[in-house]
Amino acid sequence: MALNISKIREQFPFLRETVNGHPLIYLDNAASSQKPERVIRRIGRFLESEYANVHRGIHALSERATAAYEDARTVLAGLLHAERPEEVAFTRGTTEAVNLLANTWGRTNIGPGDTILLTEMEHHSNLLPWLHLARETGARVDFVPVLENGAALDFEAAGRLLAKRPKLFAFVQVPNTLGLENPVKELCRLARDAGVTTFVDGAQSVGHQPGDVQGLGCDFLACSAHKMCGPSGIGALWGRQELLAEMPPWQYGGEMVDRAYFDKPATFREPPARFEAGTPPILEAAGWAEAVRFLTETGLESIREHSVELANFAAGQLREIDGLRIFGPDVRQSGIVTFSIEGVHAHDVAFFANERGLALRAGHHCAQPLMRKLGSLSSSRASFYLYNTRQDVEALVGILREAVAFFR
Amino acid sequence: MDNELYQAVLLQHSKKPRNFGPLENPTHSADGHNALCGDEISVALRIENGAVAEAKFSGSACAICTASASMMTAEVKGLACDAVETLAGNFRQLAKDGLGPDVPMRLQVLGGVHQFPQRVKCAVLPWETLVRALKSPVV
Repeated sequence: MALNISKIREQFPFLRETVNGHPLIYLDNAASSQKPERVIRRIGRFLESEYANVHRGIHALSERATAAYEDARTVLAGLLHAERPEEVAFTRGTTEAVNLLANTWGRTNIGPGDTILLTEMEHHSNLLPWLHLARETGARVDFVPVLENGAALDFEAAGRLLAKRPKLFAFVQVPNTLGLENPVKELCRLARDAGVTTFVDGAQSVGHQPGDVQGLGCDFLACSAHKMCGPSGIGALWGRQELLAEMPPWQYGGEMVDRAYFDKPATFREPPARFEAGTPPILEAAGWAEAVRFLTETGLESIREHSVELANFAAGQLREIDGLRIFGPDVRQSGIVTFSIEGVHAHDVAFFANERGLALRAGHHCAQPLMRKLGSLSSSRASFYLYNTRQDVEALVGILREAVAFFR
Repeated sequence: MDNELYQAVLLQHSKKPRNFGPLENPTHSADGHNALCGDEISVALRIENGAVAEAKFSGSACAICTASASMMTAEVKGLACDAVETLAGNFRQLAKDGLGPDVPMRLQVLGGVHQFPQRVKCAVLPWETLVRALKSPVV
């Protein structure tokens, strides 16, 4: 079902902003998304009448805050199709979720001579924690290559590398640069057949399309609230209960402990509390739950279709600009279009666009090794979400043509 | 607004940079990069008798960085190494505050970047790389 875009746009206050005298056009959604009024209001309401620390106080506000926090866990579990809410541990974001996994499951299960399998299209957040773990444990890291121009993951190579039985295959569902979606279900099936544990980076996919960890068949998955209309500062690690149960803590303090002593080792709570040391992101959780409700009511499949359609419309128009190169497949599979323009540097493009009210991303997009391989140290990225329009694309194309005339 | 930053003379330098390309038999060189936007440049020098006899740059950088490198390499040719370091310090002040004492008029046009904090690094990167090159003999 097509989205009612004008009704959606009414719900996003940021669209009333102007930048340098122009109405704001926001095409930096892959970096972070904007927030609808109901999420903003939910956070305000929560702070006014429900806020206290969670799981501690025997008083009304603490009970309300705990209810809201645990409600968020249930909502997230529902979004991901987890078997139970306890399979969802809240983190600061996807990056912290990967670090949690590397420091707990990783340190327990990875040793000298073991292999961690990644892909060449990983964001730094699903690359650096594993490289660090490998250096510290004496493990090796293999990479599934990307095909020419980043058009796809080399699926055959993935099969060959998985057959060598790495301990873990950690890979991204929707990379933040290439405008493609990896065949997660098929990759997880190959991994399962080889006895390989899987982690899926869902930062760009969850909240942008229907998600279902049972259908995907992965063992772990991480995502961030801020990329899906929720607040910054909160994300989640989902894991199969039997795997989480075997993982040791990684951060120590309040909330995660069962019994503590001066003179003997402490005992720790069951997951997910074991992985949530200290006061968690409480108001962020309340805001995230509201964002998920908003997205689910709007329709995740419709949101995906809309974003991909805009990306394809943009790609078609951009290809007509002389010397413009688009990375990734010919037909977009996500709402992301990354490109470089011969003779015009991406930093100048982003500056020039901002002067006209258009927000674009420029640089290496936290994927330096990938962009180096593709022969581009600096590219521009336009990324679309539910509140973007075809007029936004037309403005983008007009501004890029102007930039080419100005700089080249 | 574009014209406050991208003045005509800067665009001329960025479109047709001077001293761009490899330098034969450099005595000193260094690489610099800007993680924010992906500028990467290399500066190569031939130093003779304590002064810069030749200066060239290469790499891939935005218009501000390219123009700054182009003007810089033209400016420092013939200057004594310690004078180059002093000028680099003054240039940094020009880029950050818009006021660069003892910076030649030809370079003053780059002072416009001080109004755009995210672009200061673009203008300064060639000079930082140059100063490191002065201290990095090619072995």
